[in-house]
Amino acid sequence: MASLTEDYRRREESVTLSSEPAGMGETHELFTLNIGPHHPSTHGVLRLLATLEGEIVRDIKPIIGYVHTGIEKTAEDKSYWKVIPVVERMDYVSYYFNAMAFCGAVETLLGLEVPPRAQYLRVIHLELNRIASHLVWLGTSALDIGAISMFWYAFREREKCLDLFEMSSGQRMHTRYFQVGGVIEDIPRGWVEKVRRFCKEMPGRADQYADMLSKNQIVLERLRQTGIVDEQTLLKLGVTGPLLRATGNPWDLRKAAPYSGYEQFDFKIPVGTVGDNYDRYRVRHAELYESTKIIEQALDGLPEGPFISPDRKVALPPRHELATSMEALIHHFKLVTEGFRVPPGEAYYPIESARGELGCFVRADGSAKPARVHMRDPSFSNLQAFAPMVRDEYIADLIATIAMLDPILGGIDR
Amino acid sequence: MPDATELELTAQELRDRDGESVIETEFHRGRAVLVINPPKIKSVLAHLEGKGYTFLASLHGVDYYPDEPRLGVLYELLDMKRVDRISVKARVPTDAPHIDSVVEQFPGAEFPEREVYDMFGVVFDGHPDMRRILMPEDYEGYPQRRDFPVGGEPVLFTFNEETTYGKNV
Repeated sequence: MASLTEDYRRREESVTLSSEPAGMGETHELFTLNIGPHHPSTHGVLRLLATLEGEIVRDIKPIIGYVHTGIEKTAEDKSYWKVIPVVERMDYVSYYFNAMAFCGAVETLLGLEVPPRAQYLRVIHLELNRIASHLVWLGTSALDIGAISMFWYAFREREKCLDLFEMSSGQRMHTRYFQVGGVIEDIPRGWVEKVRRFCKEMPGRADQYADMLSKNQIVLERLRQTGIVDEQTLLKLGVTGPLLRATGNPWDLRKAAPYSGYEQFDFKIPVGTVGDNYDRYRVRHAELYESTKIIEQALDGLPEGPFISPDRKVALPPRHELATSMEALIHHFKLVTEGFRVPPGEAYYPIESARGELGCFVRADGSAKPARVHMRDPSFSNLQAFAPMVRDEYIADLIATIAMLDPILGGIDR
Repeated sequence: MPDATELELTAQELRDRDGESVIETEFHRGRAVLVINPPKIKSVLAHLEGKGYTFLASLHGVDYYPDEPRLGVLYELLDMKRVDRISVKARVPTDAPHIDSVVEQFPGAEFPEREVYDMFGVVFDGHPDMRRILMPEDYEGYPQRRDFPVGGEPVLFTFNEETTYGKNV
């Protein structure tokens, strides 16, 4: 056992346990505390080395890589359409966003037009996923600061989102619904009505969450004036999404550089004022209403027409054609065995995920497999802002701050 | 995205300041790329930052095997005011994979530079904490390089945990 510990330390010898701020150790009594990697409040397998002086955090070092699964490497070994289920497993709470970023990058390289109906269906699923993702965050974050009942309420509504995903694609998570060129199949009969019912119910539910949390004395004291970082520091650190918007910067790619038809919808971007944990909570909470509004508009304006590109070199032919058309059979065979080829080039496709800018970089070399897939995951960049957020604050606020940071370790480690 | 003309103008501006900075430009599917001379990375990024590209959205590595120089480091810059993106690419060879770190200029480059080092072996000179970030500390090799085999990674089980990962070093 002793040799195991020794060996473990040797393997990690470059991790400095005394990460004290320069010279502080001479005048202050410092204490290093290891938090995680297995700790319920780190939202995954995140390890933190905290240097404490009493109860005050003087410095913090996040150590990551515990769920690194080499997804970017795996993607290089698969044909384009088989990469989609692989990248969906990166940020496992917002899988539709990962698929959207990847499909968007490949469509850019192909110069492929996505039919309007597919764009609308994508928007509906993306926003449903944003609600589901924010609900996971809301439930678990409230749990971290001691409000256990919030967890059950948030997961009740999330369950309804997952039911909708199951109805449209057959899967509750990692649905593989988005395809290069559109979506895999049209929505089933009755789905629109179910989504409408959900949209009608959701604002009332969000009001109830607000009633429970927004004016709760404990929540206010835990969140207000904690974890403040100013806008310029966040921008320098590459932070985007609700964390940046909480400081009052209305940067949202859905508005700034619309993709997939977002310019056709009327919605607002919630922003905060001071950028503390409470603002982060309020921004995400307000996004629940805005996403609902987008879904309702998309359902109202859902165009008729094909749900996937008619380009047979990229999209599978409809099933019924296989029995009658030799050409369709050949296309089907080629697509399923080899996959489609993408002309050489590089593309970077950024979208606004539930956590910020999710960019997918794809390099094609002309073959049927990507030569490089890279995901710029928002959690990975946002985690860099964690140290400035918690420095010189209480260790109890560290737990609240990491909850409001909303990191997804699957996305960070990939 | 700047259009092709604007990309050329930007490249010309950089060349006027330093004749060796820009090697070539690429414009493909609306994406503007400045291929630059690796030692000039800091001055190029400083110039682009002065032009408004103040946000480093992403920094990642690419292996251009079998082309030389093999490794590429890509900087995706964003101008939030004009909503404009430009990419900067620096190619370094595998036998001397060195490039200056831009952490001083963009503190957000710290984790991504460590990731590129981890996956491709590009060393960022001047980085405050240049070590692996995702792979284990004693890992050998750079897994994202194209000549690194998929499946070459031993899986740890109880029966081989004593013999894997540098136990026999």
